[in-house]
Formats: sequence, structure tokens, C-alpha cells
Amino acid sequence: MDKQLFTVTVYSENQVGLLNQISIILTRRCLNIESVSGSASSIPGIHKFTVTCYSDRPTMEKVIKQIEKRIDVLRAFLYTDDDIVYQEIALYKVPTARLVDGGKLEKIIRHYDARILEITREYTVIEKTGHSDETEALFEVLKRYDIRQFMRSGRVAVTRDATEQVSLFLDEQERRRPTGC
Amino acid sequence: MIKGLLAEGVDTIFGYPGGAILPFYDKLWSYRDSLRHILTRHEQGAIHAAQGYARASGRTGVVVVTSGPAATNIITGLSDALLDSTPLVIITGQVAVQYLGSDAFQETDVVGITQPISKWAYQIRRPDEIEWALSRAFYIASTGRPGPVVLDFAKDAQVGLIEPAYKPCSFIRSYNPLPEVNPASIAAAADLINRAERPMIIAGHGVMIANAEQELLQLAERADSPVINTLLGLSTIPTDHRLFKGMAGMHGNVGANYNTNRADVIVAIGMRFDDRVTGVTELYAPDAKIVHIDIDAAEFDKNITANVHVHADARQALAALLKLVGEAKHGDWIASFDRHAEVERVAVVEPEAFPAPDACGGKMKMGEVARRVSEATGNCAILVSDVGQNQMLSARYFKFTEPKSIITSGGLGTMGFSLPAAIGAKIGAPERTVCCFTGDGGFQMTLQELGTIMEYGIGVKIIVLNNNFLGNVRQWQELFFEGRFSNTPLVNPDFIALAAAYNIPGEHVATRAELDAAIERMIAAPGSYILDVNIDETDMVFPMTPVGKAVDHIMLNRNLRYTPDFNG
Repeated sequence: MDKQLFTVTVYSENQVGLLNQISIILTRRCLNIESVSGSASSIPGIHKFTVTCYSDRPTMEKVIKQIEKRIDVLRAFLYTDDDIVYQEIALYKVPTARLVDGGKLEKIIRHYDARILEITREYTVIEKTGHSDETEALFEVLKRYDIRQFMRSGRVAVTRDATEQVSLFLDEQERRRPTGC
Repeated sequence: MIKGLLAEGVDTIFGYPGGAILPFYDKLWSYRDSLRHILTRHEQGAIHAAQGYARASGRTGVVVVTSGPAATNIITGLSDALLDSTPLVIITGQVAVQYLGSDAFQETDVVGITQPISKWAYQIRRPDEIEWALSRAFYIASTGRPGPVVLDFAKDAQVGLIEPAYKPCSFIRSYNPLPEVNPASIAAAADLINRAERPMIIAGHGVMIANAEQELLQLAERADSPVINTLLGLSTIPTDHRLFKGMAGMHGNVGANYNTNRADVIVAIGMRFDDRVTGVTELYAPDAKIVHIDIDAAEFDKNITANVHVHADARQALAALLKLVGEAKHGDWIASFDRHAEVERVAVVEPEAFPAPDACGGKMKMGEVARRVSEATGNCAILVSDVGQNQMLSARYFKFTEPKSIITSGGLGTMGFSLPAAIGAKIGAPERTVCCFTGDGGFQMTLQELGTIMEYGIGVKIIVLNNNFLGNVRQWQELFFEGRFSNTPLVNPDFIALAAAYNIPGEHVATRAELDAAIERMIAAPGSYILDVNIDETDMVFPMTPVGKAVDHIMLNRNLRYTPDFNG
């Protein structure tokens, strides 16, 4: 079956060990995590993980249900790139001498819409936000100038919905809440 | 913690003390009149006993053990309980918080190890978390699809002081254990059932857990639909009911499996289409529209894609369905099962369960032993079986007239499960006869629990089906590995002498001529009793659907594939 990149968003309670509970479900099916990031959501007390991995849709739909089965998970959602607005951030550390040699630096920064975070005599740290193909394109260019360190963040994503997709579930659950609980 | 357990109605704990749980055990001593502690001889025995207790009584089983090796010793039972939907609350001692992560003596990462094989795992680090965590643990373990919950109880949290104010939990924001029955899916399911010409109900463990046996029977009778059971679903319908058509799966009944691929509507209730039930999934039930009723949404379309999903408690779903399902008659279809069964009777059942007096030189068949023990109990005992040939043949030849009468390790297939599980079952259902069917292999995996039987005088009837072989592995070696019996013959001790050392009476049954009288003595004995039955080692479990074949590819013996010689 055709594999494609899926983005999984998991809403959970903020408990120790949540990421492990998610990752072991992927591990069982030998699904490699391409990227992962976690943070607070817009709803107080509710945490949000974004995981990307390559797989096929039937497998991912089963994975989503198995993630949702975890007690501390509120909901999990499956997206392809068309469904979401997403971004990554990359940092590149390059020797300053190589970069300024030949006056290419300004051109590169402008062309790739990057910015400089820190410059010392020894090195320059460049930041680029974008989709992975964009951060990879800059990587290819900077390779010529001897990249000494590189790190790209996990994908962060929001949907095109008006609110957090978990809101409906939360409202339904709150209606179930017994008085005094 | 103990006050919380009492508030949850717990009266029995299965456990084993040790360093990191000592403060708890010290307090337990003060409550010994209200909270019984069963000291097993190994932590694995404790958790299997709690599983047996939970499945026989329908209540949550409670296990208390210490940290480190004790916690790792319960792992097998934990995984078993998760697969077989068994409600357990397991409290493991843990080193004091300041030592966590330091490789302290008897420290192990219990939450990390148990997260993949528990419904919920939580580490209690402060005394003020105890009531919150314990109440959630009982709620989570016993509701929805039941399962085991682990509470890793740090030693210093056991000694802090709190003002007890225990309140049972009835709501968790991130958890909805009782989904509302969706009228649209019920209507779609009823429509399929009402239009069915060849309906079939597959009733699984979920029917038992939901106490939906009456509703199952009503639906079957109303729709005039044959009912087959999964292994764990046995006894949800009496085996002598005219609509009961046997067990599904690899060693199930011919009619049940053959007609799975002839049915036009299958109603699967509280079962998960395990690979031992379906055979090759691509060839499973090609003609059937499938209605899948389950409380666990993750089971839908996991193994078999269904046309209608009913995400609900089985009892509520069946009650809703009954309002919409009309009377029907499917006489020809039902009769076809009986014609398959007749072929099975002659080819398989007669030689296995009713062998001639001198067959196999007097050595016995597992099937005949199971049949005779079942009959001697009036077909109303609880069958607790181990894993392998003893499990399949006792399931096939036991008869069930009462619900909740089978306890076996279905999903995990844990050898050594039966003896401790039988102990727990007898404690959970003291008024019932509990028969433990095991093999010489599995018995030796947990036979230290004979000590528990001795200490507490627990009346379980133990039937060791002894062929001096790991029989099921031997069968596969015989069928698929050219008879190369690699590491399957066993040199066994004298099990009766061993039991005698534990003050448990019993006898060897060397020949068929001795069997009936020995069974009578076992059943009549006031307490526990053990039979060491001399089994023909060449006996194999048939029918058999080989791995990698369709569910209706049924071998009646190693050479004969079933083809109906009637227009079925």
C-alpha cells in the first residue's frame, strides 16, 4: 500500500509518560517517528503532541484508535499535509570566515528568507522557518560553506478549523460529568 | 490505601510481601479480619489467581506485590489480563522517591515496563495522591473494556499521613467507558439481520463481561440465528441449546467454521476477530455483511472490516437491537450445521470423546476425560484450562449449562495459567465446582501454587492430562516439522507423590477402565483432589484449520480435508 507522510495530533492530559504511551503504539507497528513536538494547547491544562510518520492510511487509522484508547488521551486526529497549516524551524551553524568570503551571505539570507541569530568571529548561527523541503534546500546551499551543526525541530501544526478540534469532545464529556465530580 | 480498598468493596487480596511494600503489609495486619490476603508462592501465581477471581466473580481482582523482581514477575499476568479484558488493580511497591532512577536495590521502571501492557499505569509519589489514583484505578479497571491497572506505590508515599476521605471515581474527562448506543447503527444492524437468509451470531467474551447472556439468547431465538462462540465466549449460551453450533476457530467445530464462509450476515458481539478465529483474513466470511458490536472502538476494522459498527456495551446494544429485530425462521440453514456436525461426530468426536474401551492400549484421550469430568459435575462446573491440547480439547468436550463457566488464557496463551487461576476462581465463586485442566508441561510452570491450595484449603479439582510431552508443540512438529520432536518429550516426576507432599489427595489413572471411578472420587472429595491421567501422546487436536488457510479449510485428520458430501 502507498505510504505517505501523516501528521498525528494528540490531545492529552498533562501527565508524566504520555509521550511514551504514544510512541510505544508506533513502535509496535515499527513506524519510525519522522518528527515529534509537544506543547500546551490553547485550552488550559490540555497538552498537544504533533507526530509525523510515513505509513498507509488504514494502518494510521488503527494507530489513531489505539492512541485514543489510552486513558489520558482525549482525542487523536490524523491529517495529511493538505489538511493543516504547519511549520518547522531549523538552525545552521556555519564558520563565519567561509560565509563572508566572497560576499554570498546577504544573498543567501535574502533568497532563502532566513535570518541570522548570532555572529562571532568563529561561527554564524542562521535560522530558517518553513516546510522541510525549504529548510532542506537551505541546508544544501550551506553545505558548501561547511555546516558544523544542524538541528531541525519537529513539525508544529494547526488545523483550518475555528477552534481546537478537541473542543467538541470536551463539551460532550463535560455534559456527562456527574454533579460534585 | 487499605481504607480505599475497603471502600471499593475489596475483601480479598492476592499478593506477596517484600521490602518496598512492607509499610503497606504492616498496616494490612491490622485489617486481617476484614481484608483477606492470599499469600501465593510466586507473584505470577498471585496475578493469575486474581485473574481467575475476577473472571469467576465479575469483580475487580486486587494484587499487591513488592518492587523490582516482584513487579517483573507479574508482567506475564498483566499482559494476559489486558488481552483477555480482565479487571485488575495491581499495587507494586516502589523504592522511595529520592532513589528513583538511581538503580537502587529492587528498583525497576514499573510504569515504563507496564505502560504497553496495562490499561493505565501510574506512580504514586505522595500520600495525597493515593485516593485520587486508587479511585481512578478501580473505575478504569472495571468499566468500558475491562483491563489491568498498575499503581506503582513509592515507599515514602506509604508512610505519609493524610486525612482519609475516599470517594469512588465515576468520571474521567479523557475517558468515556459507556458510549451511548447510536440509534442509526442499531437500525442498520437490525435491517441487515431482518433481511438475512443465513445469519450467524458470534458471541465472545464481551457478552459475558456485559452480562448479556439473556439478551443474546433472545436475539438468537427471535432471529432464529445459529450462535457460535469464541473460546472465551463459551458458556454465554448453553451448549445444549438448539441454536448453539459450537466453537469458532482453529480447533473449533466444522459447522461453525465452514458456515462462517457461507453466512450472509454475521453479528459479532464482544469479540475481536483474533487470528486464531479468522484464519486468513482475506478469505474470511466473503459472503457476509458483518455487524460488529464492541465497547472498544479500536477493535473496529482492526482485523476484519465490518459493515456496521455498534460502539456500545453488548447488553445495551442487544437490548436496543431486540426492539427492531423481527421473528424469522431459518430452518434449512440451521439444519446445515447439524449435517456438518454429523460428519464431525463420526470422524472426530466419537474417536476422541467416546473411544472404544481398548483403544490406544487403555491410554486415554484428552477429549474423553474432559467429557467425563464435565458429565460428572452435571455440566455445571467452571472449566479453568491451561494452554495447548488440554485447552482446546477441554473447551471442545466440556458442556456448559451456566454462564461464566470458562476461564482460560485466550489471547496470550500463558502456560501455567490454570492452577493459580483455578485457585482464584474457587475463591471468587466458592459455591461452584472448579475443574483445572492442565498438561504435564503447564502444570510444572506454576505448581508451587499447590502450597497455596494446601495453606488455604482451596477445593480445586486438578486434572493433569499427562502425555509426558509438550503435546501441542508435538502436534505441530508431527504435522509441519516432519515429526522431529525437538525438546518436547518431558521426563516427569510423580505428580501424585508431589501433591501428597502438599497434603493434596489424588491418584494415578493409568487406564481407561479406572477413569470413571477416579473422577467420581475426585468430585466426591470434600476439597482439592488431583488426577494424573495417562494420555495417549500421539493424540492430536482435530478438526484443525492450518495457519495460512481460510477458516473453512478444515482438516478432519492429518490427511483428510473436509468437504461436505451433501448440498450444504
